[in-house]
Amino acid sequence: MAPALDVRALQVSLFTRTGVLPAVDHVSFSVAAGETLALVGESGCGKSLTALALMRLLPDPPARIIGGEIRLDGEDLARLDERAMQGMRSKRISMIFQDPAGSLNPVVSVGRQLVEVIEAHTDLGRRAAIDRALELLDLVRIADPKSRFGEFPHRLSGGMCQRVMIAMAIACGPRVLIADEPTTALDVTVQAQVLALLQRLQDEIGMAMLFITHDLGVVAQVAQRVAVMYAGRKVEEAAVDALFAAPLHPYTRGLLAATPKAEVDRAARLAEIPGMVPPLGNLPTGCAYAPRCPLAGKRCWAERPALTEATPGRLVACFAADAMQDRIVNDVAVVGS
Amino acid sequence: MARQLRFEMTGRFLRNRGAMMGSLILAAVVLTALLAPVVYPGDPLRIVGPAELWPFQDARFPLGTDALGRDIAAMLAHGARTTLLIGILASAASTVIGVTVGAVAGYYGGWVDEAAMRGTELFQTIPNLIFILTIVVILGPSIAHIIIAIGVVSWTSIARLTRAEFLALRNRDFVQACRAMGLGDVAIITGEILPNALPPVIVLSSLIIAGAVLFESAVSFLGLGDPNVASWGKLIGDGRELIRTSWYVCTIPGLAIVVTVLSLNLIGDGLNDVLNPRLRDR
Amino acid sequence: MPERPVLRLLRRRLLQLIPLLIGVVVVNFCLIHAAPGSFLDVMTSDNQVTDPALIARLRTTYGLDDPLWLQLLKYIAAVAHLDLGFSYRQNMPVFDAILAHLPATLILMLSGLGLAVLVGVTAGIIAAVKIDTIWDSIVSVLAVVFFATPSFWLGIMLTVLFAVKLRWLPVGDMTTLGADGGTLAQLLDVLRHLVLPALSLGLFYAAIYARVMRSSMLEVFRLDFVRTARAKGLSAARVTLAHVVRNALLPVVTMLGLQMGTVLAGSVVIETVFAWPGIGTLLFDAVSTRDYPMVLGIMVLGSLMVVAANLAIDLCYLWLDPRIEVG
Repeated sequence: MAPALDVRALQVSLFTRTGVLPAVDHVSFSVAAGETLALVGESGCGKSLTALALMRLLPDPPARIIGGEIRLDGEDLARLDERAMQGMRSKRISMIFQDPAGSLNPVVSVGRQLVEVIEAHTDLGRRAAIDRALELLDLVRIADPKSRFGEFPHRLSGGMCQRVMIAMAIACGPRVLIADEPTTALDVTVQAQVLALLQRLQDEIGMAMLFITHDLGVVAQVAQRVAVMYAGRKVEEAAVDALFAAPLHPYTRGLLAATPKAEVDRAARLAEIPGMVPPLGNLPTGCAYAPRCPLAGKRCWAERPALTEATPGRLVACFAADAMQDRIVNDVAVVGS
Repeated sequence: MARQLRFEMTGRFLRNRGAMMGSLILAAVVLTALLAPVVYPGDPLRIVGPAELWPFQDARFPLGTDALGRDIAAMLAHGARTTLLIGILASAASTVIGVTVGAVAGYYGGWVDEAAMRGTELFQTIPNLIFILTIVVILGPSIAHIIIAIGVVSWTSIARLTRAEFLALRNRDFVQACRAMGLGDVAIITGEILPNALPPVIVLSSLIIAGAVLFESAVSFLGLGDPNVASWGKLIGDGRELIRTSWYVCTIPGLAIVVTVLSLNLIGDGLNDVLNPRLRDR
Repeated sequence: MPERPVLRLLRRRLLQLIPLLIGVVVVNFCLIHAAPGSFLDVMTSDNQVTDPALIARLRTTYGLDDPLWLQLLKYIAAVAHLDLGFSYRQNMPVFDAILAHLPATLILMLSGLGLAVLVGVTAGIIAAVKIDTIWDSIVSVLAVVFFATPSFWLGIMLTVLFAVKLRWLPVGDMTTLGADGGTLAQLLDVLRHLVLPALSLGLFYAAIYARVMRSSMLEVFRLDFVRTARAKGLSAARVTLAHVVRNALLPVVTMLGLQMGTVLAGSVVIETVFAWPGIGTLLFDAVSTRDYPMVLGIMVLGSLMVVAANLAIDLCYLWLDPRIEVG
């Protein structure tokens, strides 16, 4: 079956005072209907820009798509003009954001904000749109939708706001839902509820989901496949189980090692990878991870590793991936014995 | 990249150009004011020629004469003196009042602050120009009284700003250190905090000059100016009766006011850019 | 709009109003005593008042035989009873004279302000949406120029152009003398007389609002919820009008509240230019004839109007920004 969303060689550049920076560099991935792909990486790796590029909502200036295709059921969103794209947003491709409270207009009631998206994409009259909005509020498990309808965002908790955002995103039954760190700003318990809600809705609507996060713990819960990004490039892609069992890229390994086992000390979760992401304006000639990589050899500094299929369904961009695979096999053997 | 870079450069250049232009215009006005007694000696309000002579008709009166046959150019030049004098002194007066109130309120806090802010609110409530007119009417029309009146009305924004600066500065380490060393309140206020609080206050003062010029012109226009000195506002007021025949009598001094106030505002904006770098990229 | 915050706001404002008005009256009192020579002497000799009954009345109003503190208390008490003194110039109580001239001033103020908000906000929106284009530059230049233009001079220049040269509009006054016709004709007549004064008063404030609105729009454009609105598939126009403008208006409303006093003062000057029969004309007349009770009365009532207008602005704000919690 053809994937619902198929991104090919997407390139986004930042046009800044100091030069043109390759923020998203030839990134490709696809997500099938009903499937969830997690896009992970540290902040600044280009995952959020990728998401905004798919919605054609890049902040321009400085960011612009300079190449690649974004195929939604075969139709290339990158080629659409703004008007046609407006018809796509929230109707066939939706997005929810990291800061739910800030993502809602503070001076408009949540009900009206919800009705607005329904009216923009359907022929429903005001009355019918309100009924539909109430239904949606109920669908995202907001208790007593009627009384919440006229409420303003500042009166709602972060989790409530995110539920409203989700209701808006699914209002028109989109093919693709992009969730950009949707639970990062929420409490742990609320986080679990929102994740469960997203999964239930995905099952009901059968939409493809692109789930962006830097939290690998969340990935295991929601996604079937994972794509790892580093410094604007995809460095590894695999099924969730395979990736967690045997990460091939040293960066992925670092990320996994840095993921806290318990929900303690979440702030420090990525502190264990030594070094920092190199600035986009000053990427090394070779592998961008080489300066932080414990396995970096001469070749890694001189040459950029291409994304290759390590095993069927697994992509990795690393010269040491083979060695890594052997080591993991050994580790697993040791643990198993 | 080029697009954004160009915008930023243009923005900054434009603003600098504005401040530059403002400085040049103001320099010209100041020069006019300084040279007025040399170029146009004697009383500018004396009658020197035929009445209602249009500009560019007679080389002796390049800007024409008014209803009484007084030289408009001479009155304009001497009016620049009045305008600048009142503008600068009124701004200075409001700065002194405002800084004093704001500093005391911000430094001491508590009920002193509360009282000072209530007072500030009170002065903001009384419609400014009506207040000025009332003061001038009661004290009598003279340059000194106009300066006092404008000063009494314009200090509130300075007080608020100074207070905010003092609130931010009063608990800084260097102030605490001075207090520990046994320095008196007055010494700390004037010697330690004030110099740090002053830059934004100076920007505001420069903008208050512009406001004072507008106030002065309105007061003179309404006939409450000092009757013995030339003033742009008065010139407009006197020319009002002639709008059917000789509207230039009103137009010329009005343009002088616009240009002067414009230059002061441009300089104020420019200073703001330089002294408040946080706002520079707006 | 929930009812309780409104009531709470009203009560708090009214409580603030009392000390504020007492303050204004005290300022007034100080001004009276700052006058050189005996206030009564100046007042009576300036106007050749010889009628002993009137002098006696003035003496009681200002309680000039009492000690200062008692005078002050009596003065406050008089004002509290809306006794602002008697205007021998108008030959009626100051309060009645002001009340008679109030409607004209309100019409001028409101239309001037309405115009200023309409023009300024629109210009600010255009400048922000078309940032760094020729439109933005035009708005900026016009805003800087009108911000430096004295309203009374603008009024005279507009009169020269539109009333004297082009003869499109009347030179001054509020109604055409001897004009008759139905209510509609009279209304149109007043409107024709209103155009130039409202423009003269409004353009200065339009310049301010254009600048405030522009920078406020640019600020709001950066906020997250604007991205959400775009992600909903709304058109750029709808995002701007329904989401950005509504939020960007808040600083303009705040500004409006702060400027009520200056607008009233500005309309005073404009009224004298256009012979508009409002408080300004009354004040100008009082000022020229040293009608002190009238001048002081206008100052007190003017302050009261400012307080009332601020209350209206606060209520407006309550409606515009649901985040405001009155505590």
